[in-house]
Amino acid sequence: MNDTENLDSELGNSTSSRRIFLKQSSALAALAMTPPTAVAAVNTGIQEKIATALEQMPLRLTINGKVQQLSIEPRVTLLDLLREQLHLTGTKKGCDHGQCGACTVHVDGARVNSCLTLAMTTEGCTVTTIEGLTVGDPATTLLHPMQEAFIKHDGFQCGYCTPGQIMSAVACIREGHANTPEEVREYMSGNICRCGAYANIVNAIMDVKKKGARV
Amino acid sequence: MNPFQFTRVTTPKAAISAVTKESGTYFLAGGTNLIDLMKREVILPERLVDINRLPLATIEKTATGLRIGAMAKNAAVADNELVKKHVPLLSQALNAGASAQLRNMATVGGNMMQRTRCPYFYDPSMPCNKRSPVQAGPDKGRANGPSGCGAIGGHNRMHAIFGASNKCIAVHPSDMCIALVALDATVNVSGPKGDRTIPFSEFHRLPGDLPQKDNTLLPGELIMSVDLPTNRFADNSYYLKVRDRASYAFALLSVGVGIDMKRGTIQDVRLAMGGVAHKPWRLTAAEAFLKGKPATEANFKQAATLAMQGAKGYGENDFKLTLAPNAIVDALKTATKTA
Ligand SMILES: Cc1cc2nc3c(=O)[nH]c(=O)nc-3n(C[C@H](O)[C@H](O)[C@H](O)COP(=O)(O)OP(=O)(O)OC[C@H]3O[C@@H](n4cnc5c(N)ncnc54)[C@H](O)[C@@H]3O)c2cc1C
Ligand code: SF4
Ligand code: FES
Ligand code: FES
Repeated sequence: MNDTENLDSELGNSTSSRRIFLKQSSALAALAMTPPTAVAAVNTGIQEKIATALEQMPLRLTINGKVQQLSIEPRVTLLDLLREQLHLTGTKKGCDHGQCGACTVHVDGARVNSCLTLAMTTEGCTVTTIEGLTVGDPATTLLHPMQEAFIKHDGFQCGYCTPGQIMSAVACIREGHANTPEEVREYMSGNICRCGAYANIVNAIMDVKKKGARV
Repeated sequence: MNPFQFTRVTTPKAAISAVTKESGTYFLAGGTNLIDLMKREVILPERLVDINRLPLATIEKTATGLRIGAMAKNAAVADNELVKKHVPLLSQALNAGASAQLRNMATVGGNMMQRTRCPYFYDPSMPCNKRSPVQAGPDKGRANGPSGCGAIGGHNRMHAIFGASNKCIAVHPSDMCIALVALDATVNVSGPKGDRTIPFSEFHRLPGDLPQKDNTLLPGELIMSVDLPTNRFADNSYYLKVRDRASYAFALLSVGVGIDMKRGTIQDVRLAMGGVAHKPWRLTAAEAFLKGKPATEANFKQAATLAMQGAKGYGENDFKLTLAPNAIVDALKTATKTA
């Protein structure tokens, strides 16, 4: 029995035990890791069931002002799409379970956790990541006022949570939830900072808010 | 994440027929609970039906109160002017839950349907009757990992003190649902056999012998909207949430209060607790006692004592037996502005 036949028989078993599920998912994960051309080649040889499971679906959305016409597996999250397929690695993966905010991006203007957003649900949407916070040539464009403020106030240490913090902070002001330091702390609670830069992050946000710069 | 098929629907009818057609099919709303559980292999859907394009996100005034669409986002409901004016308790409860990002994603229907946060349920290598029912099979749930209840005799700090069974002592984790049960909401659902309305207090259920069943929704049924009757509680509403950190944490327990007060006397009152039972827990005995009584600390204490009848700790959560009555008194004081 070759690997493909193994997969066939396991997928055909509708009362799959957890052990089989694990094997099956890691086998499929391995397939998913291979380049699309290799998958296509394997696809032709495997049963329809797996082919459907691995089916790529069309997805059209606008990311940082650029229309993207993509083909993805339905199980791909927006976070993995951004990082793995589009190489927009500014958006970070912290917990992958909605618990840390490192993956915060804007979808149609609303801040969301991209790790719990299936990319397929963003069909026709407009996505903004940290890379697209300012428009123009990155070499010549000035930083966004919130980015400036994070630098000025030392709003980070290792910087891992920072893209998420900044995307969240911009949304926090736009939503009208940055009127007092208390309100900022509450509405920024979805962004965890392991380095504990919280006090400076609040200062940065209050500074931008007070100066009334267009965010 | 396991592979699955994905369909997008634009009408409730198409959504219902898609989940009815083949087993292993789930509605996908905000995804904040379902995608999380799929990543952990607690739930292994074969098909997802994306219901985010259904026209069910409106919040409107009706002849009898407010109607909130099942697809309205938690943040949109919490910030809605009608909601803030007529049912501030709902706005407070929603804002006490999750984070700004998650509230932008989570929907009203999904919030009602969210699963327990019992850590054993979340880990398929641990015993859990809810995730892996004793008698697996049609309508009894599907085996996924060992059955049994890890929390009974195990780590159960977050668990129930009311209405638990020897099969499951988990709690329903929603904040929003505490406001909805207190405000006498009703749930409009549509399914393969037609439409029906479920009183909110009968939507969720106690675990009994079927802990895998969180609620009374029938297979294929789609939550369409929630109705809130007009009330006189807007001036004296309060949602008290007690948790391990100041924000972005599930409730150890919570109390939702709505009071109709006239000259220091409680004309009418609604009281509910979260984090204490498998369903949003209405404190009807305490409500009946407080009706017509002056808003005094002595009366609040008496009400709390009545509310605690039948409460039972399971070890690590014994502290809730003290915390709960104190929280009830506290919430009543704040709501009546007698603190
Ligand atoms: C880190 C974190 C912290 C959180 N903290 C809190 C908290 O403090 N308080 C709190 O209350 N909640 C909290 N939550 C839970 C959150 O509120 C829920 O995940 C959310 O409300 C689920 O809504 P959704 O639209 O994302 O549902 P989904 O994940 O899309 O769906 C959940 C379930 O509901 C079903 N479903 C969805 N819509 C319908 C419908 N219309 N009809 C029938 N079935 C439907 C789906 O099939 C699925 O089974 C937290 C979540 C996370 C990840
Ligand atoms: S309390 Fe319920 S959810 Fe938790 S382990 Fe026991 S059966 Fe599972
Ligand atoms: S990576 Fe998305 S919230 Fe942590
Ligand atoms: S700067 Fe290191 S995690 Fe926030």
